[in-house]
Amino acid sequence: MIDMVKEKIEALFKEKKIAGFLGLREQNGQVAPHLFMEGQALEGMCLGDRKIAGDARYPLNKILVTLARQYPEETFGILARGCDERGLYGLFRLNQLDPDKVIAVGIACPGDLALACECKKPFPEALVAGEKIQAGDSIKAGRETLAAMDTLDLDKRFSFWKNQFSKCVKCYGCRDICPMCFCRECSLECEDLVSKGDLPVDIPVFHLTRAMHMADRCVDCGLCDEACPADIPLRLLYKKTAQIMDIEFGFTSGINKDERSPLSMMGPAPKKVAK
Amino acid sequence: MDYQNILTTCTYCGCGCNFFLEVLDGKLVGTIPCKTSPVNEGKLCIKGWNVHQFVQSENRLTHPMIRKNGVLEKVSWDEAFDYTASRLSEIKAEKGSDAIGFLTSAKVTNEENYLLQKFARAGVGTNNIDHCARL
Repeated sequence: MIDMVKEKIEALFKEKKIAGFLGLREQNGQVAPHLFMEGQALEGMCLGDRKIAGDARYPLNKILVTLARQYPEETFGILARGCDERGLYGLFRLNQLDPDKVIAVGIACPGDLALACECKKPFPEALVAGEKIQAGDSIKAGRETLAAMDTLDLDKRFSFWKNQFSKCVKCYGCRDICPMCFCRECSLECEDLVSKGDLPVDIPVFHLTRAMHMADRCVDCGLCDEACPADIPLRLLYKKTAQIMDIEFGFTSGINKDERSPLSMMGPAPKKVAK
Repeated sequence: MDYQNILTTCTYCGCGCNFFLEVLDGKLVGTIPCKTSPVNEGKLCIKGWNVHQFVQSENRLTHPMIRKNGVLEKVSWDEAFDYTASRLSEIKAEKGSDAIGFLTSAKVTNEENYLLQKFARAGVGTNNIDHCARL
């Protein structure tokens, strides 16, 4: 699989289509994000599969935003799984990346990873290597997780989340790892909403403020879950807000390249899409 | 264009979390927790997440300074060492070793910490030594 990825990258360099390729590399015994430049061997390149598939994923899109801000004229190649490509589509929509300046080199995720992630689309459109696994089972698993939560009555659900939020150490890791968080000023640092330097965290304001901001952004990549030192099921929370966006507006962040968010449109609400 | 991720260990406390410092054209621009590190498994605390900020902070001391007539002044290392050594000797002679205490740091190496406690105990003769990361 990696040979096909390398071949594609070498061709992109040869055709002078990209200034650099953002991917992953084995380095000092660890997996690290790396910007491969032209003429540099692709030695050590990896796809982020260590013990199991996809266990060393990094927010490459976030790094790409940093690079694009510094070098807006350059075109970059980037390694993209299904979730990464959804993130790219979201960042195109939110004007953080220029679609003409990004070339995704896509890899498909295996079935077990797709299922564990409850992935909505475990392969990118820009597929270069790997086999497309249809998302039926993993989408169903996601719906079942949400349905199980919805069987709890409101009081129980609220106390479940209150308990989860009370574990928060306010590291801001969920925001800092998030490829869809790019604001220069963050509401979570606004002292009218969130007290500064205090623990416990403001419950539920801190997490629900973030969940609201994620409503039309979150592409369900799960990096926040993996970065949380307190094991708060953040992904489940954002999955619920995404479900509301889907039911109310027929909108799923990152699924269509030319999508528009109902939260940034003026005028009457778009028609509900029958499911 | 030069973008690199440098693997290093957090200097804030003794846990030893691993992360990458993102370097873009010679400047630190961010911190990324190392997913494959067995110590922190891709997680960090708020201090670790912001570690890139203190390195280039404008508030960071870059010269030794001595307060003279109420104002901090830049001085040479020689002057700073002379002043420190003579004042420590004076205080020790006048009030005894236990009138002196030392505070060391997690931001230095084990070996430097060892040296300071050796200096406190064997050199000055006090057990008054502590550490900013006594959590």
